[in-house]
This record gives sequence, C-alpha cells and structure tokens, in this order.
Amino acid sequence: MMNEQKTHEKYDVIIIGGGPAGLTAGIYSSRAGFKTCIIESGVIGGEAASTDLIENYPGFPDGTSGLKLTENMEKQAKKFGTEIIYDKVIKIEKTNQLQKGKYKILVTNSGKIQTKAVIVAVGTKPKLLNIPGEKKYKGRGVSYCATCDGFFYKDKKIAVIGCGNSGIQEGLFLLRFVKKIEFVEFLPKPTAEKVLLDKIKEYENVNFHLNSALQSINGDGKSATGITINDNTTLKVEEIEISGVFIYVGLNPNTEFLEGLVQRDKNGYIIIDKNQNTNVSGIFAAGDATIDTVKQIATAIGSGARAAINAGHYTENTN
Amino acid sequence: MAKKLTLENFDEVINSGKLVLVDFWAEWCMPCIVMGPLIEELANEVDKEKVTIAKCDVQTEQAIAQKFSIMSIPTMLIFKDGKPMDQIIGVSQKQALLDKIDRYI
Ligand SMILES: Cc1cc2nc3c(=O)[nH]c(=O)nc-3n(C[C@H](O)[C@H](O)[C@H](O)COP(=O)(O)OP(=O)(O)OC[C@H]3O[C@@H](n4cnc5c(N)ncnc54)[C@H](O)[C@@H]3O)c2cc1C
Repeated sequence: MMNEQKTHEKYDVIIIGGGPAGLTAGIYSSRAGFKTCIIESGVIGGEAASTDLIENYPGFPDGTSGLKLTENMEKQAKKFGTEIIYDKVIKIEKTNQLQKGKYKILVTNSGKIQTKAVIVAVGTKPKLLNIPGEKKYKGRGVSYCATCDGFFYKDKKIAVIGCGNSGIQEGLFLLRFVKKIEFVEFLPKPTAEKVLLDKIKEYENVNFHLNSALQSINGDGKSATGITINDNTTLKVEEIEISGVFIYVGLNPNTEFLEGLVQRDKNGYIIIDKNQNTNVSGIFAAGDATIDTVKQIATAIGSGARAAINAGHYTENTN
Repeated sequence: MAKKLTLENFDEVINSGKLVLVDFWAEWCMPCIVMGPLIEELANEVDKEKVTIAKCDVQTEQAIAQKFSIMSIPTMLIFKDGKPMDQIIGVSQKQALLDKIDRYI
C-alpha cells in the first residue's frame, strides 16, 4: 500500500505491472541508474508466477517453476534499486503535462504519483465465458488457477475448458491430483502445441469433447456439481457430472484504464512501434498487453528490456 | 503476528468474542505467498482488543478447509460470534480487507 510520503515522490520511470515484462524493465531501468518503481495490483510475477512448469524459457534445461523464476527476477530488480508498491493504477491523468519533457501523473487507489516515463506492462487476465453458473460458483468449483486449487480436487473428476496451450499444460498438472479430466474445446481440434498434445495422449483418464460449447456450470447452490455442453454439429446436449471446472479459454488485456489516452486495437491490446512507444510520448508498453502476437515469457522480457532502454533515453531528455 | 489456526485452537480462537479474519493459504500457492506480508501488516495494524487475524494452512488443516468448503485459495473468511459472515476469494489489497473488517466490527 502506498503511503502519503511516497505519494509525493517523483520517479524517472514507473512501471505498471510486475510480471516478467515489468520486472525486466525494472532490472534494466534501475541498473541504468534511473529512479524506478513498479506498481503491482496483484501478484508479483504476474501470470507466470502461478505457472507450475516452464520448459521453454532459456537457461533452464530441466524446466523451472514460474514462481522460482519470477522470484529471482524480483530479487534482481530490487537489488538494483527498483521499488515495489502494491497498489492499482486506475488512470493516467490526461493533462497538458503529457507533453514531452513534463511529469506524468498516475492515479492509483490510494493517491497520485509522478513520473517522467511510464511503462505499461499490465498483461492479461483470463477471459470469462459469461455463462450461467460461472460467477456463482467461482471459488466453489470454478477456478482459473490450477497450481492454487488443484489440491482441492484429489481423486475427483473435473473438467478443463479450452484445449489451447494453457488448458493442456494446466491439465497435465491437474492430472497429478484428479481421477479424471473431461476436456471441452469449442473448435474441432485442440490448438495446443504437439509436444503438449503428445504428453496428454499418454494418459488414459482423459476424455475429449471437441467441437463442443460449454453452456452452463451447474451446482447445488453450494458448489459446482456438473457442466452442460452442446455439440456444435449434432446439437446434442450433454450433462457431465464433475466436482470442479478449470477455465482456460483465452485472455483479455488489463488495459481498460487507458481508455481515451493510449491507442489500443479492437481487442484492447496496446498499439506500439518497434521501440515499444505508444501514441503518447513518454508512455511505453511491453509484454502480453501489447499487440505483439506471441504471448510468452521470452518475448515479454525482450520487450520489457526494450521499453526500459527507450524510456531511459526519453527520461534523459526530460527535465 | 497472525495467529496460526489449527484444529486444536479453532474453537477457542473463533469463539473468543472478537471478530476473526482467517486467511486460508498453502505454501504452493503463489498468490497466497504474496498475500503473506500483507496479512502480517494487517495483524499489526488492527485493534487487537477487537480483531484477530489468523492464518490457516489448508494442507495441514484439511479438516477446517473442508468444513468451510474452501475450494480455492487464497480465501479469507470473516467470523463474528463464531459464525462465518463474509468471504473474499482471491488476491485483495489491504485496504479492501480493512474496509470489510470495519463493516463487521
Ligand atoms: C496457464 C498459463 C501457462 C503459461 N505457460 C507458459 C510457458 O510455459 N512459457 C512461457 O514462456 N509463457 C507461458 N505463459 C505465458 C506467460 O505467463 C506470459 O506471457 C507472461 O506472464 C507475460 O508477462 P507480462 O509481464 O506481459 O504480463 P503478466 O505476467 O500478466 O503480468 C502483468 C501484471 O500486471 C499487473 N497489473 C495489471 N493491471 C494493473 C494495474 N492497473 N495496476 C497495477 N498492476 C496491474 C497484474 O496484476 C500482473 O501481475 C503461460 C500463461 C498461462 C496463463
């Protein structure tokens, strides 16, 4: 939580979001001697922190847990002087101060804070399906975090919605606990990479419902007890009994607070140029919240480094 | 410091006459680990005459987690007069928790 004293402090660079992109920007910016702070509204490490096993991040031949990886990034950023404030940025003030060379004002839940340059690294959040039962049973059978909640489904039958990389990867983790997984995918084929699909095919206790839409999550008022799915071709409706539903149907960028200031595409992803500049001078963006179509840690950190170096150049020309 | 809630001291803590906020957590839950320092701050800041902040490890205290149908962590439960009054699922900011506590004091 931000205290009064900090509210009046001025920074060279403020990074909004403490995922891999933001932490990398923090490392580069503070190491280069800029007064740097990361504002994080949830968990340091972002999406990556709750990923159980990361096998494609260079330097770890046996894979690494997202938690360990991002904890180390945090340490490294702090070592060079990056401050971390737990708070949520709700607005970047739209004043004539947004001209080059002037301080920008960020509005957070607990105050205002000034900075020369801003790096927006807010990532994405899981897309909701907005079907009956999803909200009602959230935390009571409906989950978006396998590493957090898999434990509660020991020897139970569950459903995983979405057969992209996230759905299959998290499904593989959940198989350590659960008795059986019913996978549901809207498209005629799972879209996950071949390595993941080959792994999941080795299990006998998985079942795939392809070309099927999840219609509702059903329950007894207390917790989820089943799902209803609809086959897109035969229109056959099927009810399946399960104790838990893990939903991995895609992502939405956390960029609503930039409305009216920073240009975004029709899905809300921030439009950037090859130097991570947005349309507003001195506001940069990096990581999963941008129009970059590859959403991986390796790409997030690359863009975080680029944003920080360019924010540094910008800051040096600011008084 | 936040009080460690176990099956042994459960009744005593919950029925102490104070408002009790219990943070259900586990060591493998990253969002819970991140909430940890915040819960400790909360424990130091609240009026200890009126409010107890407690932590319950769902792995060692499965019976308590089951009793309150905890299926997702972090979850905070607020108890008043021994009864669960409210719950907050997922990561939250300290101010939001303080506001909730104020509402039940
Ligand atoms: C289930 C799953 C499995 C994955 N597996 C892999 C893998 O194996 N390998 C790989 O390379 N990638 C993987 N990824 C992708 C990877 O996690 C992301 O690409 C990476 O985390 C993106 O980093 P980021 O910093 O851009 O965003 P994020 O990690 O999303 O971090 C953004 C941060 O910003 C914070 N924030 C948002 N809004 C605000 C605000 N207004 N104010 C303050 N803070 C805010 C959020 O709380 C969050 O912590 C996986 C993702 C998922 C969901």
